[in-house]
Amino acid sequence: MKLKVIGALCFLLAILICSCGDGDITFKRYYTTGNVIYTTHCQNCHGSDGQGLSALMPPLTDTAFVRKNKSSLACFIKYGLKDKILIVNQKAFEGNMPAMDLAPIEIAEVLTYVGNSFGNNQGLISLEAVQGDLNKCK
Amino acid sequence: MKRLISAAAMLFLASACKFNSADNNKLPIYGNHTPITRTVGDKTTTDTLYQTIPDFKTVNQYDDSITSKSLDGKIYVADFFFTTCPSICPIMHRNMLNVYEAYKNDKDIKIISYTIDPKHDSVNVLKSYADKLGIAGNTWWLLQGKKEEIYKLSESYLVRKPEEDAKQLFIHDGYFILVDKQKRIRGTYDGTVPDQVTHLIADIKTLKAEPDQK
Repeated sequence: MKLKVIGALCFLLAILICSCGDGDITFKRYYTTGNVIYTTHCQNCHGSDGQGLSALMPPLTDTAFVRKNKSSLACFIKYGLKDKILIVNQKAFEGNMPAMDLAPIEIAEVLTYVGNSFGNNQGLISLEAVQGDLNKCK
Repeated sequence: MKRLISAAAMLFLASACKFNSADNNKLPIYGNHTPITRTVGDKTTTDTLYQTIPDFKTVNQYDDSITSKSLDGKIYVADFFFTTCPSICPIMHRNMLNVYEAYKNDKDIKIISYTIDPKHDSVNVLKSYADKLGIAGNTWWLLQGKKEEIYKLSESYLVRKPEEDAKQLFIHDGYFILVDKQKRIRGTYDGTVPDQVTHLIADIKTLKAEPDQK
């Protein structure tokens, strides 16, 4: 009996460890692919260190902005921004951002990269979360 | 291992370039060279006529008229861009800001950026772009001219002639062109590559030291 309980506990523990490992691997996969997508689609304007460009292109280093707008970021990428003023790092940015023709999974990957680079610490931004956010775009 | 080899190759290439410029302490002169032979009395001399940047008429972000005369006696760096360019322009001007920072207090050096979308990039648009980019004064001019003239002019700078694709987007390359006081092309640098722009900043210093640039 005791052995069975211990066995079951060990089994549960193993599952727990495995699933944690899985999450970790997913995160790494998203992050790495996201890095490539960032280089291709975002870096020209937002910079290799997310520093932006003067008052023309907003930086991605405003961690409070990224946190606060977490659920809108997918929409910004998918549909771009027009005639909208964003306050980033206490500065107003009014330029347009072009819409990016990216699949939801790519948006999740690039957001996971941005959300965990340049000082940001948002953890995994999953495909499900992005799909949910995209359904609510205005 | 592959990385190591490519790193070694890069290092070798970089040192080769350095060796070259240190050796000559003079930058090459690009473009067509035409020999001119003159006979004075019974002496025949041959001079070389170098390709130069032709005259142009534009206005800058302050609505001042800027022609090739405005650049007489100046060493300058030129590029072609447009303010709504989503692709390479931001990275070009992020790098050009380094050139600006290095030489903004040097009256002999200018930077000019011709817009290839003059229809959209009016004087007001260019001024607002300059403000947001964080440039002031008369070191860096953003120039608007007639589209056909600017496109034609781009050929003299040995850059790819801009074109519009089906989506009305402008296709152009991101080269920075270094021009000397005699309006000859002395260097071309890929403005999207930070290392090349660092090289440009160093080359301006080399060029300034040449006797006929003083």
